Amino acid sequence: MAGEALFGVRLERRPTPSRAMMLATPPLAVLLTVMAGAVMFAALGFDPSAALKAYFISPLTTLYGVGELAVKATPLAMIGIGLALGFRGNVWNIGAEGQLTLGAICAGGLALAFYGDEGWWLLPLMMAGGAAGGLAYAAIPAFLCTRFNANEILTSLMLTYVATLLLSYLVTGPWKDPDGFNFPESRLFNDEALLPVILEGTRLHLGAPMALAAVAVGWVIVARTLIGFQIKVVGLTPIAAGYAGFSQARAIWFTLLLSGGLAGLAGAIEVAGPIGQLQPSISPGYGFTAIIVAFLGRLHPLGVLLAALLMALSYLGGEQAQIELGLPLAVTGVFQGMLLFFLLASDFLTHYRLRRVSPAAVG
Amino acid sequence: MSEAREQTDAPARLELRGISKRYPGVLANDSVDLTLQPGEIHALLGENGAGKSTLVQIVYGVVKADAGEIRWNGETVSVDGPSAARALGIGMVFQHFSLFETLTVTENVALGLSPRVTAKSAGGMAALAARIADVSKRYGLALDPDARVFDLSVGERQRVEIVRCLLQDPTLLIMDEPTSVLTPQEADQLFETLRRLASEGRTILYISHKLDEIRRLCGAATILRGGKVVASCDPRQETAQTLARLMIGEEVSPTRRAEAGEAEEKEALLRVEGLSMKAANPLGTPLHDVRLSVRRGEILGIAGVAGNGQNTLLGALSGEQLAPRADAVVFEGAAIGLEGARARRDRGINFVPEDRLGHGAVADLSLSDNALLSGWRRWSLVRRGLVSFTGSREKAEHVVKTFAVAAPGAHAAARSLSGGNLQKFIIGREILQKPKLLIAAHPTWGVDAGAAAAIHQALIELASNGAGVIVVSQDLDELFTLSDRVAVICAGRLSESRPAHEVTAEEVGLMMGGLFDAAIAEGGGAPSESGDVRHGG
Repeated sequence: MAGEALFGVRLERRPTPSRAMMLATPPLAVLLTVMAGAVMFAALGFDPSAALKAYFISPLTTLYGVGELAVKATPLAMIGIGLALGFRGNVWNIGAEGQLTLGAICAGGLALAFYGDEGWWLLPLMMAGGAAGGLAYAAIPAFLCTRFNANEILTSLMLTYVATLLLSYLVTGPWKDPDGFNFPESRLFNDEALLPVILEGTRLHLGAPMALAAVAVGWVIVARTLIGFQIKVVGLTPIAAGYAGFSQARAIWFTLLLSGGLAGLAGAIEVAGPIGQLQPSISPGYGFTAIIVAFLGRLHPLGVLLAALLMALSYLGGEQAQIELGLPLAVTGVFQGMLLFFLLASDFLTHYRLRRVSPAAVG
Repeated sequence: MSEAREQTDAPARLELRGISKRYPGVLANDSVDLTLQPGEIHALLGENGAGKSTLVQIVYGVVKADAGEIRWNGETVSVDGPSAARALGIGMVFQHFSLFETLTVTENVALGLSPRVTAKSAGGMAALAARIADVSKRYGLALDPDARVFDLSVGERQRVEIVRCLLQDPTLLIMDEPTSVLTPQEADQLFETLRRLASEGRTILYISHKLDEIRRLCGAATILRGGKVVASCDPRQETAQTLARLMIGEEVSPTRRAEAGEAEEKEALLRVEGLSMKAANPLGTPLHDVRLSVRRGEILGIAGVAGNGQNTLLGALSGEQLAPRADAVVFEGAAIGLEGARARRDRGINFVPEDRLGHGAVADLSLSDNALLSGWRRWSLVRRGLVSFTGSREKAEHVVKTFAVAAPGAHAAARSLSGGNLQKFIIGREILQKPKLLIAAHPTWGVDAGAAAAIHQALIELASNGAGVIVVSQDLDELFTLSDRVAVICAGRLSESRPAHEVTAEEVGLMMGGLFDAAIAEGGGAPSESGDVRHGG
């Protein structure tokens, strides 16, 4: 249906969503973010080109920097892939941060429980424990949603704060390092409880290939399996799903448990990887940033991987800008927010197009 | 009212000259000319996709024409939107009503009125209610201004829309397929109202593809095919056959159901006993003690005005809504009342829902994926949790080919197909799964005559190959064409089924109005035509 004409241009709904536009909007959003970032830097009194270089280029000029990029992209890709699958089915797990935290608690708890009695089996056990913790934590919103029809956006989000407080309690109380001068931290894990570094001179650890494997599995689920198809149908048209005999409750359980398990695994990887102990804060908001990753990646596994790298760069760039230019770290959040904002805005073009109105038309 | 504008040798009320409108990929209107005189009931006839809707949307200002001229009472005008159209004196009653179910008739009317009219009825809601009562009395549109819309039958809802239009005092009233939701008696009453309006000098543009009613009602007809005017005629001088030939460009042979023969002997394929259940949504109609049976090779037609429990019954039969007891629904001797849609499909029960886009098919998915949607079990398209996309594509292509679906291919999104073609695809998809029982809801609703004939043929063939078929429809012609036996649903109760050749359309029409059983009237909420029927229990 024709909209109102404005400036000789009219918005027109496309008969089918444009596939080309769907692929073009993420780069467009990145471009707009960079442009808006330049304006913001200029307004703050910095040379925009130098600031943008510090933000987007400098972090990648060293091998260590590239390794850091992969280290930060690892949890983002792993969580993003699970969230993307759920979002396809209109299951909105907003609480990946909490599931990550619980995964970290479970994995860290195992590392501390077997402190001094480690063996080769401990790392696999920690990974499994982390995944189980995240999965169990995501089961709570899944149960509340399927049993009481409670909105999973609210329940999963609120449970995030519960998990964070639980972690604070543990590291300031029972699990505090006895030799830690009363700092709110656990002991440093022994080497057997740490993921091995796979690239000399960087912090790149075994978690990165695990994230790649998760992306591959996600791809198979989305592209080839019946459950992937069921999730898509439930997300697009629940009534048609009921017609086909696909269970909505099953899609909710599957996607919440899968995304929760992956978030928990990401939490285990964080404490067994770059952190190496339990701290009051084990994630700079990976669980929330992964939501942007999922959307920026068009809910497609390959897109999620690319988006995870981009968002990892925004973390590194924020730190670099802080070091080089003395910009506040909040600039990271600003960039991430702008990216999501521009993406959602330019998504409009997927469903609508601009049309010149010929003044000759007769009414 | 309109009399002031009438004079002898007056210009035509509405004159369209060379109206063209192109949509991406299709020329919907190709320099269409149309002339409407005052006091005339003019039919606009055509198949689906012939360009009728586009043309009236242009007249009503919803869509702008690419080229052409609109003359209103002799003056060239530009209709920039529905409010401009209403200001000129053009009113339109759409096929789908836009009413708020929880508001009263008066409130709904007040919401739809333009400021011009609202200002006149400065007396507020009470004055408006009085005007509604006045208009409804004058034109025989029985309506209670204080009734809430969810209590009203479809016919009554349509009257709300008509009254809303009449309050604007239109000189041209456009009616878009108004009888598609009415019982024969309700339709007769509507015609009475329309004739009365025409006798006052108002023009009525009547869109339909029901040939008989056009011949009864209209004094002139313009026939569109492929976006062009192919003929203008006086429908009273034509037969239904000649009109149909003009409309679709070829002779349609009415499908005739062969006599089913000794169906009585056979065991029932599906039996429903004493099924009472609530509707899925609070405003739906619950079922009361429904019983029915279908044999192999038999087509059972269920007639009824929309909203009388058809959706609940269809849900209970397809398994999308579970029955309260397992033995309420028995299929081939097995109690399946508590089995879901998937288990029932595994048993060979297939289902064509009323809503093709959003129930029978996923709009954004390809035909290939939509073949997978309902056919993955019966066609074994999934092995060890992995989907065979080649298999789905082949099945979708097979359906497209066998049922002559006009689609660019299996990759086309369901939403890109026209309603009739998507319906052919869905029916074909279900039939090619070789069901033992096919349940089809409104199989040809809004489908053009050519596609409808193909769909009817496919259903008859399916039954003659030994499957049971249940057709739920409001279209009595369709039910009499197809069915061996006919039952009527009203207010959640189902009548005894009777052999189709023993009942007349008149009788079924009365039953659709709630007159088949004294007990029915007692249930209340029956969308009956006359008050005495409703209160007769």
